Amino acid sequence: MTSPIRFLLNDTEISLSEVAPDDTLLDFLRLSRHLTGTKEGCAEGDCGACTVLAGRLHGGVLRYEPVNACIRFLAACHGCHIVTVEHLSRQGELHPVQQAMVDHHGSQCGFCTPGFVMALYGLWMGNPDPSVLEIETALQGNLCRCTGYEPIVKAARAAAQAGGQAMDALALEREAVAAKLAAIPAGADAARDGRRAILPADVDALAQALLDHPEATIIAGATDVGLWVTKFLRPIAPAIFIGHLMKRIDVSSEDIRIGAGVTYSEFSPFVEETMPGLVDYIERIGGWQIRNAGTIGGNIANGSPIGEMPPLLIALGARIVLRRGDARREIALESYFIEYGKQDRQNGEFLESIAIPLPQGARFAGYKVSKRAHADISAVACGICVHEEHGMITEARIAFGGMAGIPKRATAAEAALRGRPFARDSFEAAANAVAGDFQPLSDWRASAEYRQTVAANLIRRFWLEQEGEPVRLSRSVEASA
Amino acid sequence: MKDRSKNTAISGLAHQDMRHESAHLHVTGRADYTDDLREPAGVLHAALGLSKCAHGRITLLDLDPVREAPGVVAVLSAVDIPGPNDISPNGLHDDPIFAEDVVMFWGQPIFAVVAETRDQARRAAALARVEYAALPQALDPIAARDAGMGYVTEPLTLKRGDALAGLANAPRHVSGRLKVGGQDHFYLEGQIAMAVPDAEGVEVFVSTQHPSEVQHMVAHALDLPAHAVVVNVRRMGGGFGGKETQMNLFACVAAIAARKLNRPVKLRPDRDEDMQATGKRHDFVIDYKAGFDDQGRILAVEGDFFARCGFSADLSGPVTDRALFHADNAYYYPDVVLRSHPMRTNTVSNTAFRGFGGPQGVIMAERLIEDIAYATGLDTLEVRKRNLYRNGQLTPYHQQVEDQILPRIFEELEASCDYAARRQAVLDHNAKGGVIRRGIALTPVKFGISFTATWFNQAGALVHIYSDGSIMVNHGGTEMGQGLHTKIAQVVAEAFQVDISRIRVTKTTTEKVPNTSATAASSGTDLNGMAALDACDRIKARLVAFLCEAEGATPDQVEFIPNHIRVKGRDVPFAEAIRRAYMARVQLWSDGFYATPKIHWDRANGTGRPFYYFAYGAACSEVSVDTLTGEYVIERVDVLHDVGRSLNPAIDKGQVEGGFVQGTGWLTSEELWWDQRGQLRTHAPSTYKIPLASDRPKVFNVTLADWSVNAERTIKRSKAVGEPPFMLGISVWEALGHAVASLADYRVAPRLDAPATPEEVLKAVERLRGRA
Repeated sequence: MTSPIRFLLNDTEISLSEVAPDDTLLDFLRLSRHLTGTKEGCAEGDCGACTVLAGRLHGGVLRYEPVNACIRFLAACHGCHIVTVEHLSRQGELHPVQQAMVDHHGSQCGFCTPGFVMALYGLWMGNPDPSVLEIETALQGNLCRCTGYEPIVKAARAAAQAGGQAMDALALEREAVAAKLAAIPAGADAARDGRRAILPADVDALAQALLDHPEATIIAGATDVGLWVTKFLRPIAPAIFIGHLMKRIDVSSEDIRIGAGVTYSEFSPFVEETMPGLVDYIERIGGWQIRNAGTIGGNIANGSPIGEMPPLLIALGARIVLRRGDARREIALESYFIEYGKQDRQNGEFLESIAIPLPQGARFAGYKVSKRAHADISAVACGICVHEEHGMITEARIAFGGMAGIPKRATAAEAALRGRPFARDSFEAAANAVAGDFQPLSDWRASAEYRQTVAANLIRRFWLEQEGEPVRLSRSVEASA
Repeated sequence: MKDRSKNTAISGLAHQDMRHESAHLHVTGRADYTDDLREPAGVLHAALGLSKCAHGRITLLDLDPVREAPGVVAVLSAVDIPGPNDISPNGLHDDPIFAEDVVMFWGQPIFAVVAETRDQARRAAALARVEYAALPQALDPIAARDAGMGYVTEPLTLKRGDALAGLANAPRHVSGRLKVGGQDHFYLEGQIAMAVPDAEGVEVFVSTQHPSEVQHMVAHALDLPAHAVVVNVRRMGGGFGGKETQMNLFACVAAIAARKLNRPVKLRPDRDEDMQATGKRHDFVIDYKAGFDDQGRILAVEGDFFARCGFSADLSGPVTDRALFHADNAYYYPDVVLRSHPMRTNTVSNTAFRGFGGPQGVIMAERLIEDIAYATGLDTLEVRKRNLYRNGQLTPYHQQVEDQILPRIFEELEASCDYAARRQAVLDHNAKGGVIRRGIALTPVKFGISFTATWFNQAGALVHIYSDGSIMVNHGGTEMGQGLHTKIAQVVAEAFQVDISRIRVTKTTTEKVPNTSATAASSGTDLNGMAALDACDRIKARLVAFLCEAEGATPDQVEFIPNHIRVKGRDVPFAEAIRRAYMARVQLWSDGFYATPKIHWDRANGTGRPFYYFAYGAACSEVSVDTLTGEYVIERVDVLHDVGRSLNPAIDKGQVEGGFVQGTGWLTSEELWWDQRGQLRTHAPSTYKIPLASDRPKVFNVTLADWSVNAERTIKRSKAVGEPPFMLGISVWEALGHAVASLADYRVAPRLDAPATPEEVLKAVERLRGRA
């Protein structure tokens, strides 16, 4: 039985019965609605020229986030308020963000500009007084090739000073929009040319839908599946969209339990609260738009060999819950990754939640190394968790991404630490041992030699950091003064 | 004495900060790029079929599955081209639109498919069955040399004095090899063309820096005269040289399909196809030798520049020439020989990119300075100062340097950035050891302005004053974000002394100004500004003559004052004066023309004055390097740059900042990586990393040398700005080397290759650790 995809586009209510799972929001905006302010720069979520705001109810609260329209499937807009650049200047008046971009010469060729304006609008709305670092973080998903960014960052500061959030059109319409979104049913089921897009209304419906369609493509944030469509033209029907489900986060004294649908952005505040040392790591994953769409569950489930999150989570001893119908099983995260392209997931099964033990008294660090510091897939990603009692290492868990076909523990390095004194020599031995743990590949991100050297050096870095040596580069201007 | 009292009342004159003419459209999403134009009824969409072999004979080409795919209207290959299958921009006939028997690089177009939708065209293109018999391939310039691939175009030698004798007699020597990577343009708006056919020809809407060349290429491919083809471009979403010749392919394919099917056809490749099928900045391998004395003074230089040109010449001749023209950067080489080796390789044909080979020459000069400094123990800045050109000295191409201002730029920048104290602080920091090391470097640029193909240094403009006093300006230059149209409008506002709001610069079209040169070589404002001014002067002369006659005045009694014309002491509002002139049947529009004076170039003998003048600048960069991973941040950059008397300081500053960051990207995170089969694997932003906001310098002080005035009579005595600041990014590269050199107590030259990715930096760290 079909039930249309419904959402708000600027001030228009949209209801579509004929939607294929691989229809993108960007094509809908540009080709069907002639809203050409939203641009295609790369069609893979890396340049931000297609940035729009997606507003969604989170426990009754309407929250707007910048997302990439190019890899946002139309079906995944169900229940959202999509805001494009055309909706920003009403009655011909420039919005403060737009005015600041004009005043500070923030556009040259102008092609990236609508995307920047939307990211900055999202920032302005949620953070009335952003620091330069916060502005940079908000702009990690937007590429500009002309300006060198300096005038754009200045414009962001100026827009903050201009203020006006309370009188912003979206703020004034908040209740009305929330009411409209609340009236949209939770689930949907649409198709075009026989290609079906299913949005289960809840997790039980998802479990059933996967029993009915075990061959279906499961789509959460689509930050990877989006590229299967835009780059590889791969068929994905039937597809089951789950990005709106499994959003729960529970923090106890022992662990954090998160639903598989929790995005990086939703997870981040909890990380800041419980493991502040990892915020920097998470902010190096994707740009803001990607972190608003991509889910921790999706990052695990798709089995990437780099898996930005798994090395961290494996080092922490995370466990995952897989569900098929009503049956659930819980396994250690590391055992989910069998070999390159192969995971421990049965037909009809899905990842439901992740339990992440807090490091408690352990020493813990996560390191990500990439060609470009931000919004770049790791050459090497690493989590290190070491328990120390009375000067001795009682337990060590070290996991790497980018070093093998799967995210994997460095067992030789761990063995070199376990039962040894908590001292430089032990870590030096572990650094030397890690060479025996992996035979990494050479590719465009890094050579095998670089990966090996860095893997060893990250273990050294961990020790130096325990010793209080400055080992981290900082973007903060104060830190370099 | 002219009365300027009312000047404050008008906005948009020359030398003022003015916002970009389309800024309000950019921020609202209402600035239309080619893909945003309303599509004509019946538009079709084309997609290219690209080769999956770096060098091979096509043994099977089965396009039936493509033809049979849903929505497909036609499939085109070489046989469907009415004219020659050639878009070579240099007459060498080595650049086919579609490969015929042999493919010469991975990503070369073999066919195009035209369908009702773009999605259908892309899906159909993927269905082709193509098989190849592999032929030997050489991907990089050294492999090409060793394989005897030969040159794509005639090489160049520049020499002055006797380099071999100079080297032999020099007391000290350095020699080495520098590898310098290429760079993708990564214009945010990819290549695109839409062709609309009519009974007599075709109209093409295309994102191009060179409408006249598109016109000629399309006419050629269609076997039509140039007058049957109209090419339009309102604005580009970035060009950087990547749309100087590279869009010819897309325009021609769209036009061929449109004429064949008698329907409008649009061709917009995906980013990955764009990056695989279009040329980039040339990467170079440079072998150098220098002789010098104990004071670090350079005595003789020999350099061999091997460039990866790709499968065809395209612009590789002038690009490799310009690498030699800039291999001295700002330094006098008493005896010198420089040789270019434009190597043919089985890769995409490399092309123009901001600096046009110049940066690859400049970086060799800076590598020499580094090597000499580490060999002598001198500060690199000291070595630079000892080798700077003095006025009257000759470049390797025998042009006399006459406008040297770098000593003053150095002096001012050194003081404003507190170079000496900060360098000492860097040394002190590094002396403590530790993982994070610091580095600092201050490097100059001297860049020659003019097309080295002398005949390109011409431009035309067309200025209309309508009877209501509003002014429309058209010229041969194209707007790609650099603010050209804004500056031209300011020139016109200044000429007529009217508010800039009265002036509109319209799209570039071959219907209005013919035979234009590419908007390239930083020359857009220099050339078109002068042409526009010429048109204004002609109209002004007619207005003056009319007003003299009408009012019984003499020419010195007619004066253009803000928004008025003063005639014998009486101020007539501009619009009223125009209306009266119209009623009196005065021609209120004019063309204008400009050809750069003084320049000439004898390539065969390597002598002449290829450049009208030089633009100068310098930057000081400080970095921090993580010696465990090779990662780094740019702590602070100070730039002092020369744009002569700036037409628009805000826009010029934007060019300097943007050029600097782009130049830094070239030398740091932007890496082109081919696999062994010859496929470029960094062909989208997920794998090819241009700088982000978080990669820009943490502290970024950019100042224009506001005292500089162009010694030549350029437009309002300004200087070109597009390319020169790009090369200031070299200061970051050298600062990275300085930080790395601390590991061996600065006794060993760090010799980073470019790009200095974290991996390249760590490699140097490991090498120098071993020599500590």
